[in-house]
Amino acid sequence: MNTQNLSIRSNDSQPNSLTRRTFIKGAVMSSTMAGVGFNPTQLLASTPGGIQNQSHVQNTKVLSGTEFHLDIGTSIVNFTGTPQLATTINNMLPSPTLIWREGDEVTLHVTNHLDEMTSIHWHGIILPFEMDGVPGLTFDGIKPGETFTYKFKVQQHGSYWYHSHSGFQEQNGMYGSIVILPKQKDPYHYQHDHVIQLSDWTDEDPHDVVKNLKRMPDYYNYQQRTLGDFFSEVQENGFMTAFNNRKMWNEMSMMDRDLSDVTGATYTYLMNGANPSTHWRGVFKPGEKVRLRFINSSAMTFFDIHIPGLKMTVIASDGNLVQPVEVDQLRIGVAETYDVLVEPQHEQAYAVFAQALDRSGYAIGSLTTDANLIADTPELDPLPILGHSDMAMDMSKMDHSMPGMHHDMHDMKVMPSMEHSQHQEMNHDTPDMSAMDHSQHQEMNHDTPDMSAMDHSQHQEMNQNTPDMSAMDHSQHQSMNHAMEHDTPALKQRLQPNANLEVADWPVEQAKIKWGPHTNMRAEDAQYRLSDPGVGLRNNGRKVLTYADLRNLYPTNLEPKPDREIVLNLTGNMERYMWSIDGVPYSKAEPMHFKFGERIRITFINNTMMNHPMHLHGMWSDLETGDLNYLPRKHTIVVQPGARISYRVTVDAKGVWAYHCHMLYHMAGMFRKVIVA
Amino acid sequence: MNTNSNTNHFTKQPGLYTQLRGVILYSLMISATTFSNIANAGMMDEPVVTKVAMNKFEITNANHNPKVWALNAWVMKDIQRLVLKSKGESVDGETSSENMLLYGHGIAPYWDIQLGLGYDTHENDTHNWGVIGLSGMAPYFFETNAYALVDSDGTLGLRLATEYDTLFTQRLILSSELEANAYSDDIPELQLGSGLSSIALGLRLRYEIKREFAPYIGVEFHKTYGQTADYHKEDFESALVAGLRFWF
Ligand SMILES: [Cu+2]
Repeated sequence: MNTQNLSIRSNDSQPNSLTRRTFIKGAVMSSTMAGVGFNPTQLLASTPGGIQNQSHVQNTKVLSGTEFHLDIGTSIVNFTGTPQLATTINNMLPSPTLIWREGDEVTLHVTNHLDEMTSIHWHGIILPFEMDGVPGLTFDGIKPGETFTYKFKVQQHGSYWYHSHSGFQEQNGMYGSIVILPKQKDPYHYQHDHVIQLSDWTDEDPHDVVKNLKRMPDYYNYQQRTLGDFFSEVQENGFMTAFNNRKMWNEMSMMDRDLSDVTGATYTYLMNGANPSTHWRGVFKPGEKVRLRFINSSAMTFFDIHIPGLKMTVIASDGNLVQPVEVDQLRIGVAETYDVLVEPQHEQAYAVFAQALDRSGYAIGSLTTDANLIADTPELDPLPILGHSDMAMDMSKMDHSMPGMHHDMHDMKVMPSMEHSQHQEMNHDTPDMSAMDHSQHQEMNHDTPDMSAMDHSQHQEMNQNTPDMSAMDHSQHQSMNHAMEHDTPALKQRLQPNANLEVADWPVEQAKIKWGPHTNMRAEDAQYRLSDPGVGLRNNGRKVLTYADLRNLYPTNLEPKPDREIVLNLTGNMERYMWSIDGVPYSKAEPMHFKFGERIRITFINNTMMNHPMHLHGMWSDLETGDLNYLPRKHTIVVQPGARISYRVTVDAKGVWAYHCHMLYHMAGMFRKVIVA
Repeated sequence: MNTNSNTNHFTKQPGLYTQLRGVILYSLMISATTFSNIANAGMMDEPVVTKVAMNKFEITNANHNPKVWALNAWVMKDIQRLVLKSKGESVDGETSSENMLLYGHGIAPYWDIQLGLGYDTHENDTHNWGVIGLSGMAPYFFETNAYALVDSDGTLGLRLATEYDTLFTQRLILSSELEANAYSDDIPELQLGSGLSSIALGLRLRYEIKREFAPYIGVEFHKTYGQTADYHKEDFESALVAGLRFWF
């Protein structure tokens, strides 16, 4: 126990000096590979003025104690073969790893050496709002040359992170991790403890990234359907099927390969500041237990993490301990954190492989018995294809030969089974639907108490506050199959009938949604999809973590019922590249008012094809994953495309708070100011 | 025509591109300022974004090797947009062009309504129009522009264009463009006749070296009808084209 925390190293890789970093091999799928093989000194000499006077970025160091000095400036980095200026803290990328101790009061002196405003936000940390670090909302920001001192008492423990909340500085390298040691003894024993901080780096000016997306929404998407794809589909399934598969997407002017706004076309993915060539390494001895603290500090990238040959036991999410779940793979949304334990048994290097959701690149490192030995790079998983559930489309939308088939059950009942099989063909994402018993759907929607255990898992997620469910929702079928395939103890628990989830008996508030040119999609049939691992991970043969697996380690039954519920719609127009909540961007929105002391339920409906990691500052989000007695507490909750999700918030922090999507380029519009009084 | 005289045509017209570029940048500058002023400043606001897209900039092997351009430039904030469009050709130093300055406003997720002025030139003649149109993306990803024009004499014009991209690979892209024009009356100075005046089909295969920069080759078919056809020596023309598509 004594040694475990001391071994926290944010970057165990070889010194990432410029010389090493310049010679990047093809592993990086970057478009800016022209500089490969150039003499680094030549490169530096040829870069525009100013950069020569900068210092090179250093390895990330660990800082611990109660008083910290953080200096924000710029440093030279080279992730692609071209030296660039990054925004850094203490000349490091990632920024220093901060070790705090629960119960301590920490003081952080942050000095701005940039020629623009800056700020630091302590992501997921419970603190007075004046210390939260959102410029224009909770404080004025830190002017050039100024020092701002943050001071607050640490009231929690676990893995967190911090980042700039000003402009696009976060994209440009200004993020670091925070490890808070518990006051009480940690329930887990392990010999090594590694932060694994994932991020996305671009050589482009982030302002240009936004402009590119506005000029051409698919600017970074080099995985679009080609004529060849269509022909092979025709060959496989016949013309009509191939055509129909495309039909709905085409009619709606949407693309089923529109997975990420910003991709590996511009991004180099980093693990603890190491690109795939420099390759992060963590050393272990066979049989030792290793704690990995995954922190997604990307601006825009979701990662799917797996370690071929190892099971990961998830023990914490967003800093808070959860009941251990053994998984093969997990998807980490932007700004989320997951702690896992692994127990590598063999004398070898294991790849810690974090693929970007759209498979346009990856971050990689090795858990290895020998620092000179790195793991082979695993193959990228197949390109995910969005399904209709990701658009929250009712199946009736797809096929016009089925008039009158709407959301309600009565129409569904009379639908001939033949048409079901037709649907099955029509959706790439749909697993074998023949396994599905159609009669179950009727039961599910009628709230019958005597459902089979399997129905209940669906029921918990579906019936709560979902008046217009379509029985045809794919994700539910998928989760059903998923549950059947991997009937682990953790899942069995989840399958127990749960009387705990109450029927909505609180007032529900929903703002009128402004549909119009700002919005190009409407989730007609948004479902709870807690047990859906998400596009690209469904039925991939691995046990993939889902939100349904997350149960708080300790009971949460003392939490009161919500006083009211607020329904919020995530909206946007991907073609115009603009984002909003309820159709209203932040610049035109009124603040939200929470009453101090109340408990609210927040339900998000995602009317877009993108994942949105929603982050409420200052208060915990208690995610409804199936059992009210064990609500996991999170700071960032991913709302899947076309899905709905609910969580509860005890409003216990007065002041002004930010509430926003953590995708950096969605944030401008998908943002609300929350006033707690 | 031999290659030498081709080159000469280009050198005789050094000012064309430069002039055009000047006009575009100037108008964009003015409108960008206007847009910034009406915007309540703040980091969280929608940014002002400009795009200058030279969708066609080509030479063809038709008689006298005309040089052809098609430009679409805009400055945008939120769902408002100021648009400058210009297309035309230059043959042996004679240019004919269709130009429009439009204010666009989003009215649907994929559609802008556009209002403004049109200014056509044909040799030494010019013609002014009031313009209303729709610009956007039709289902199945057809980039579509439809404009109704009216001049001071009450002559009406209709100009439709739609373009579809077929991806052979992520960078090798065939753009198919269909254009149709019709007028209510003869406009002799523009050599346009009443009724359906012309239909054009262009197929251009481009290679996107960058998104912003793509050389292409293609074919263009042009058919004129009615009175318009009488103005032309031939009512059907086809030509090979080679050019650059670029934007910034
Ligand atoms: Cu978002």
